[in-house]
Amino acid sequence: MAAASATAREASPIAHSAAAAPVSLRGIGRAFASQGGSRQVLRDIDLEIAAGEIVAILGPSGCGKSTLLRIAGGLDRPTQGEALIDGEPVKPYDARSAVGFQEPRLLPWRTLASNVALGLPKSTPRAAGREQVARLLDLVGLADFAGHRPREVSGGMAQRTSLARALARNPAVLLLDEPFGALDALTRLKMQDLLLDVHAAEPATILLVTHDVDEALQLADRVILLGHEAGADGAPPATQGAVVVQTVIVPGHRPRDRGSAELAELRGRLLDGLGIDRHGAARGIETGTTIPHYPY
Amino acid sequence: MTDASRTTSTDERADAAANAVTSADRRFASPVTDGGLAVATAGPLGPSGVDRPAREASVPPASSGGRRRLVDRRWFVIVGGAIIPVALLLTWQLVSTSGLVPVSMLPSPEMVWLAAVDLAQRGLLGLYIAISTQRVFIGFAIGAVFGLVVGAIVGLSKLGDILLSPTLGAVRAVPSLAWIPLLILWFGIAEDSKIILIAIGAFFPVYTIVAAALRHVDRQLLEAGRAYGLRGIRLFTAVQLPAVVPSVISALRLALAQAWLFLVAAELIASSMGLGFLLLDSGQNGRIDRIFLAIILLAVLGKLTDALVGLFERWAVRKWA
Repeated sequence: MAAASATAREASPIAHSAAAAPVSLRGIGRAFASQGGSRQVLRDIDLEIAAGEIVAILGPSGCGKSTLLRIAGGLDRPTQGEALIDGEPVKPYDARSAVGFQEPRLLPWRTLASNVALGLPKSTPRAAGREQVARLLDLVGLADFAGHRPREVSGGMAQRTSLARALARNPAVLLLDEPFGALDALTRLKMQDLLLDVHAAEPATILLVTHDVDEALQLADRVILLGHEAGADGAPPATQGAVVVQTVIVPGHRPRDRGSAELAELRGRLLDGLGIDRHGAARGIETGTTIPHYPY
Repeated sequence: MTDASRTTSTDERADAAANAVTSADRRFASPVTDGGLAVATAGPLGPSGVDRPAREASVPPASSGGRRRLVDRRWFVIVGGAIIPVALLLTWQLVSTSGLVPVSMLPSPEMVWLAAVDLAQRGLLGLYIAISTQRVFIGFAIGAVFGLVVGAIVGLSKLGDILLSPTLGAVRAVPSLAWIPLLILWFGIAEDSKIILIAIGAFFPVYTIVAAALRHVDRQLLEAGRAYGLRGIRLFTAVQLPAVVPSVISALRLALAQAWLFLVAAELIASSMGLGFLLLDSGQNGRIDRIFLAIILLAVLGKLTDALVGLFERWAVRKWA
């Protein structure tokens, strides 16, 4: 797997790379109006992301992961705090970032090439734009499908087109909202490797929302776990809104061995943080120990 | 699988194969190819919310194996549509020749045909059809253009919606005939008043449907468009306009039908030509054969112009959807 992605990296270099920019989220809070008041979804989120870093945001469903990502991209505004890219406040639909949505969100009446071209910055000259689109389609392995409409290709291909469109923006910050969540397990693994290749070729800062612990550990330098603080003795939390409950720095260089024991231990910790029982301690097996060999 | 899909990577082949299986169920259990590519249905991943007519209809099933059902055969579609008109004509002929109903109430098909020949020999039939068709088309064109513009304003701008919707909703509630005295006073009894009435008739379906369609353009696509730097007119031409093309065309189709409906009302305005005049005049003179003729002509002309728009619709849907 490692060898394969290394060759892919050599085969599809991107000529000019974006200057990755640092992202700062300072004291971010977001409340949504609901009947009879407001509901606090996020509060006190402080996060400094270095230029070129890959940060994965994990958390239970509905905890505000996507909201945080949308705030970073200027698709939503925080009710408290501020989001900065490269030290400057994020503007609505900020041009410095590109968003890869959960769904491909391609325009069905346009070809894949023309959908990717939608991502090009406005000032791109026509010829250079065409060249860039061709290069990106090649990078995501869709050079032969440039003229196809989205309905004529599979879900994985549409999602790759969507990734190419985001890259066409030449973004300083790439925001990915569960980009591979709707794909089948095998396609997802291939897309993860593709994303790492792309990051190696064009090192943008990547903020990735996911619900997949393994994906987070495979891709990220750092994993942020969002969740609700439990009150004392399991009492309901005193304040509303999800906060950063855990930060995990993932050791080792990418691409990582998917089967390593170190990652398995981190996975266990993150699953614990997500409130998932890993069914180890329940059987009296101390987690972290190796499985005893036969005869027991 | 097809040549095109063989060149793809393994995961795509798996995807395409899985999709081919599901789509084959719907398409008479035969692998379907379309332009050399296995048609992979996007399923939940496809851009949702956009009203895309199923493409299956235009995809011929593979020649080997699959048996086409009767209702999918082109000749049967044409013959099937003709069954009831032919049966009606036969019944009409039988009833009128049997003498069950006096000819003053129900003329025979032959008498209607002779009335048509008679009018044609006087040079009136062609003239009446031409003038009526002209009024419908001009009124339709004016009404449709206004409908598109106002529909776009109301559909795209919240302010436009707030300001215009209630008034237009009230105006729409006015019956077609109620306009006639006012239009005569304002515009006289010449062509103007008739064409304006038909334009009013054509305006409302276009306005209503276009405004609603623009309001319901897939929010996810709009957000994606905005996230990629599209605003204002560029967002409109890149996302909103293509997304509503199918709705616009069905709105035009409905408006054309409505224009024919308003034609008769318009030609009640002191006209001396046209199919509406033929109806009115024949009613006053007791020429029941000509009444039948006028009604049949209105039905046939309405259906013919509708079929023309239908052809345009098929072309546009292939191009845009």
